[in-house]
Amino acid sequence: MATYQLSIATPEETILEEMVESIIVPGAQGYLGVMANHAALITPLQPGKITIHLPGGTELLLAVSGGFLEVAHNRATILADAAEHATKIDRARAVTALDRADKRLRDRPEGLDVDRATAAFRRAQNRIRIADEILVSGH
Amino acid sequence: MPSLRDIKRRIRSVRSTQQITKAMEMVSAAKLRKAQMRAERSRPYATKMELILSNLSSAIAQAGGSVPHPYFEQRPVRKTTLVLVTSDRGLCGSFNANLIRRATLFLKDYTPANAELVCIGKRGVDWFKKRPIPVVGRHQDFGGNMDFTRVRRIAAELAVRFVSGETDAIHILYAKFITTSRYEITLSRFLPIESVQESSSHRADYIFEPDPAAIFADLMPRYVTTRMQTAIAESFAAEHAARMIAMGGATKSAGEMIDVLTLQFNKARQSAITKELLDIVGGAEALK
Repeated sequence: MATYQLSIATPEETILEEMVESIIVPGAQGYLGVMANHAALITPLQPGKITIHLPGGTELLLAVSGGFLEVAHNRATILADAAEHATKIDRARAVTALDRADKRLRDRPEGLDVDRATAAFRRAQNRIRIADEILVSGH
Repeated sequence: MPSLRDIKRRIRSVRSTQQITKAMEMVSAAKLRKAQMRAERSRPYATKMELILSNLSSAIAQAGGSVPHPYFEQRPVRKTTLVLVTSDRGLCGSFNANLIRRATLFLKDYTPANAELVCIGKRGVDWFKKRPIPVVGRHQDFGGNMDFTRVRRIAAELAVRFVSGETDAIHILYAKFITTSRYEITLSRFLPIESVQESSSHRADYIFEPDPAAIFADLMPRYVTTRMQTAIAESFAAEHAARMIAMGGATKSAGEMIDVLTLQFNKARQSAITKELLDIVGGAEALK
């Protein structure tokens, strides 16, 4: 199968730089797949799961908390706010973050930034879901 | 002429100072390496971000539209904000003095009514808090370490000030790291964003999903954060480099001082011995 270059970068570091067969990412309007020779595209990403198919049938899972996907000239670049390999997610921390966001959204303290709290809630939820997924599938 | 004991005491004190400056030099060298590595690692993101933005802008320009985002809005400047990035701590040579001098030069033509300051780093805060131009933002105690969450918050605050009309132009003044022995004081406009250069090399007819305006809304806050981050990261690297050089110089001067003092000590010791000998010889002569 044809491959293309994928790089995933966050403001802190480059997470991944690899030849891949296809990826599935959480685009602004739902999950979308990108294979080799895809048309040029720019889309924001939602918090969600990135599935990467490497040549030879290996599959990688990453949690992403938002960002962008750009595809051009048979190269895909993901600019993620934060991205982690599913195996490296700190589930306990994600649970704490989820509880904190949940509590804030419930209590509605004075001057609460609802958008930010909601975003934090969704990010934590996403990370937990992906961490669990990898436990179940036993990667 | 100071006594032998005085000289000895001075040598000891200079030597302990030298040990401290030497340690600081080594610490700064390690921190510099870390800061450089960090800047290196975050570069791909920043470069790609610029590229996407320029692609997006040229695609919109081609379609005959104007860029649909408030960060690009040029309006008559009634209030100017200067963001000054200094270090939190001293002992880094003329690093902060140069930055503050440049900031003062910039602010010379402004009055407290049409200018304000946002200081990142304690040195800038301390200097300007007693001066007429109001300091509206104080961000200190980074300790020369990058803190992405904080930088994001600072960038967001500034963007809000600009969009709400509290200020009409934001400039950022920082030291750009060039080499270990050189930094360049850089003044660049932060907001409104100057028209983006169109890229010619990386042309592509993009599909925008959902549409350019929505992508801009998502992209721009991240873009300004990235620019702020780059500036602060550069400044931290430059600070560590400046401190390393300053401390290296101090260690060397201390070494020279010890040499001079040691010479003085030996001379004093020798003349003391000579004097004693003369006394003994004189005494023996007298007994004859």
